[in-house]
Amino acid sequence: MAGIFGQFTPAAPEILLLTLLCVVLVVDLFVEDEKRTVTFWASLASLAIVAWSLLATAPDTRTIIFDGSYVSDALSQVLKLMAVGVVAVGFLYARDYLRQNELMKGEYYLLGLFGLIGMMVMISANSLLTMYLGLETLSLSLYALVAFDRDSATSAESAMKYFVLGAIASGCLLYGISWIYGSLGTLQFDQITAALNARPANANDLPLWFGMAFMIVGIAFKFGAVPFHMWLPDVYQGARSPVTLYIASAPKLAALALTLRILVDGLGSLHEVWQGMIMVLAVLSLLVGNIVAIAQSNIKRMLGYSAIAHVGFILIAVFTGSGEGFAAALFYTLTYVVMAAAAFGMIILLSRQGFEAEALSDFKGLNARSPWFALIMMFCMFGMAGVPPWVGFFAKLNVIAAVLEAGFPALAVLMVLASVVGAYYYLRVVWYMYFDKAEDRSVFQADVDTRVVLSLNGVAILALGIVPGWLMALCVQVIAAVY
Amino acid sequence: MSLTENLLSVLIWLPIFGGAAVLFIGDGGDAASGRARQMRWVALATSLLTFLLSLNLYTGFDTATAAMQFVERFDWIDALDADYYLGIDGISAPLILLTTFITPLVVIAGWDAIKSRPAQYFAAFLILEGLMNGVFSALDGVLFYVLWEAMLVPMFLIIGVWGGERRIYATIKFFLYTFLGSVLMLVAFIYLYTKTGTYDFFSFMDVPLSMLEQQLIFIAFLVAFAVKVPMWPVHTWLPDAHVEAPTGGSVILAAIMLKMGGYGFVRLSLPMVPDGSEYFAGMMIALSLVAVVYIGFVALMQKDMKKLIAYSSIAHMGFVTLGFFLVWSIARGSGAELGMTGGMVQMISHGLVSGALFLCVGVLYDRVHSRQIADYGGVANTMPIFVFFLLLFAMANAGLPGTSGFVGEFMVIIASFKANFWYAFLAATTLVLGAAYTLWMVKRVVYGDVANDKVAALSDLGRREFFVLGVLALAVLLVGLWPAPLVEMMSATVAQLVEQAASTKLSGL
Repeated sequence: MAGIFGQFTPAAPEILLLTLLCVVLVVDLFVEDEKRTVTFWASLASLAIVAWSLLATAPDTRTIIFDGSYVSDALSQVLKLMAVGVVAVGFLYARDYLRQNELMKGEYYLLGLFGLIGMMVMISANSLLTMYLGLETLSLSLYALVAFDRDSATSAESAMKYFVLGAIASGCLLYGISWIYGSLGTLQFDQITAALNARPANANDLPLWFGMAFMIVGIAFKFGAVPFHMWLPDVYQGARSPVTLYIASAPKLAALALTLRILVDGLGSLHEVWQGMIMVLAVLSLLVGNIVAIAQSNIKRMLGYSAIAHVGFILIAVFTGSGEGFAAALFYTLTYVVMAAAAFGMIILLSRQGFEAEALSDFKGLNARSPWFALIMMFCMFGMAGVPPWVGFFAKLNVIAAVLEAGFPALAVLMVLASVVGAYYYLRVVWYMYFDKAEDRSVFQADVDTRVVLSLNGVAILALGIVPGWLMALCVQVIAAVY
Repeated sequence: MSLTENLLSVLIWLPIFGGAAVLFIGDGGDAASGRARQMRWVALATSLLTFLLSLNLYTGFDTATAAMQFVERFDWIDALDADYYLGIDGISAPLILLTTFITPLVVIAGWDAIKSRPAQYFAAFLILEGLMNGVFSALDGVLFYVLWEAMLVPMFLIIGVWGGERRIYATIKFFLYTFLGSVLMLVAFIYLYTKTGTYDFFSFMDVPLSMLEQQLIFIAFLVAFAVKVPMWPVHTWLPDAHVEAPTGGSVILAAIMLKMGGYGFVRLSLPMVPDGSEYFAGMMIALSLVAVVYIGFVALMQKDMKKLIAYSSIAHMGFVTLGFFLVWSIARGSGAELGMTGGMVQMISHGLVSGALFLCVGVLYDRVHSRQIADYGGVANTMPIFVFFLLLFAMANAGLPGTSGFVGEFMVIIASFKANFWYAFLAATTLVLGAAYTLWMVKRVVYGDVANDKVAALSDLGRREFFVLGVLALAVLLVGLWPAPLVEMMSATVAQLVEQAASTKLSGL
């Protein structure tokens, strides 16, 4: 393709996804309720086509299109592929649950696909405005998804909370963007960097710092970093489990892109200024997330706080400001998403008609009910706790190595101590599964394909831990190509 | 790829895959089913085959060199510069042999005793065996740490699933204590990595480090190993874990997992941070002596047999650390090797003796379902053969000449005489205290009139129990009467270790 259309090629996956989404929307209109599975398969087929187009249109080098507002590079390729994959897996886990709970509606899949477009736009954003558009597309889909079970009061409440707080955060981000634009006169990341480097040595940076602080508030909110985490446990708990799975997995990839693109692509030369802010957020997230998670009796809420702690690790990796740190953050996010998908997949698997497996005690005696899935859940828990040989350990190892390389040994010690605190609540799940008697002996209702994919997802946590080399090499390579 | 070239890998992966096979065969939900029988035989065959293969380590071992033998090295994680790097020397080879020797005995001891989920039980022990062999042969920081931590998971499950009443408290305490200890070691490894650019243990040994660095790294290692050994005052997880663990779990915990701590000191602390170790040697000797004397008195007061043996383990492990850290107190050339060798022999001996004692308690527990000393009395009247074995192991625990317990303790006491009279004086109290708490327990349990109906109804050892205790008794006597092969195996490595510990790494700065 050449000429005017040539520049569309790097954005082809997004365009294709939007087109396919419209097709799914129309198909869904004509499908009767009993045959809603058609929508599900149509969505999966769309995702497969998008994944293929991502691979087919991958540019060899960093390509910037649409007058500088859109970028396609190795980082965006990896994050988008992962996002598409995780969304697909989440759709599969959700299917049986939605069917059993009479929630099998096309909206779940359509909103999921819309959210995915938002994520992909965020991942490829090369200007603050594109970033904001992607973020809003994602956020609006998520608000609606949380309220998706319209008869449930808790879902509606958490959706409302999410919406109000999310709107404030978006406002903060937009406000920060306006200050940056006012100071530098551009929204494009590469031009921001150029303008920052060109400013005179004695320039007054206060407006820049002010704008940056507001943008970091927005980022911290979307990531769920303390003290902007208030929405996260409530939303995790209030949303139906398949929606929680969706929120807990793929959007983290987009949040990483949001952070890296704004702070490194754009404001990289202000590293010394934002470093302190990110460190405070990260350390607070690490401590609050791990300590408060201990007190939870609802597993979705517990995993919510655990997500906050994991965000702490990711932010610390970004804080180092080194290529190693960014590669560690990327590796951490990719592997965390795999673990989160499996853990929430297990919660969905344990749920059935009219029964939501939400309490930690619902996992009691799982080893007696199904040794295999107890093993899978154990992989998730030890993986998240950072116990080797599961992959979560290598994720933490990379971050700690980057922190020590950057010269912060005390921070590294704090991180490992926080992990020990965190190990307790993950161990508690294992303890319930293996050491306690089952209170409930019902049989799982999931179909074979869900079981197979969930098993593979769990085994991947172990397999990636035994041979983590290729993924680490990939992350290093991707980051080296971009930064 | 041949057996001798990849022997260490085989010793690691054979039990792990055997464990996976055992899990796969399963037990059909019933310990008496035919499926469960097959599964047990697979478990036993795997552990026996591992033991037989491990004998090649002894026959093929070159005692003349301190260099690593049976070395295997492949790239593992390029991005981290971590290698799959295995090798053994005179201090790791005996510990691997101990591991492969004890595991089949544990499998046999659990043959009928485990009624619930036997497949998972045997699989956990086999996987644990592979991981422990790995810890003793790993020469790369990341590999070592991965195996070191992974080892906690099967043990966590063994105590938690098949343990006693307070098993959950005990196992969570065990896991968090040891996890807390080891994470600091990880930070130290990564710090050394940032200095050397590799996780290779030998480059860690070669890199020059300032005194402050060495002190901090020593403390990080100390936390990891002191918890594992365990040293006073971080020993409190051990009595809980031992008491609540099933018999097999206690045996492995006492016989092998405690040795990880001692092994860590000689493999990592002494050669990597010699100046830091020397700086803290006085403190280490003091802590060891506290363990020997104070914990000896604590053991005297125990009413629970397993708890008593657990405390006696802490006291005996005090000898190990004492022997290791005497190196700097003894004039060069006048036998610093003796303390180190004594510590090593003590580790092997304690592995045999404490394992055997826990098995003895297991024999009683399976019949009476009580660990309280007060519930017994006059067992000699109903179980004479058992009492013969119990007495032998009790004597070995008290350090009677002719048993393995004597050799290590005696070497360490002689070495401490060379260092300082008062060290030797305090260390020698164990000869009194050890005899007191062990023999007093034996007296109360074994002798006197038959205490109650349960004791009167006791039946003597079955064939399997006799076999397990008999094999251990032979090993205890063998090491006690003829320790030369063991000492010879260690001597070259110990000499090099003393050399490394006495040299300084400050000068290279």
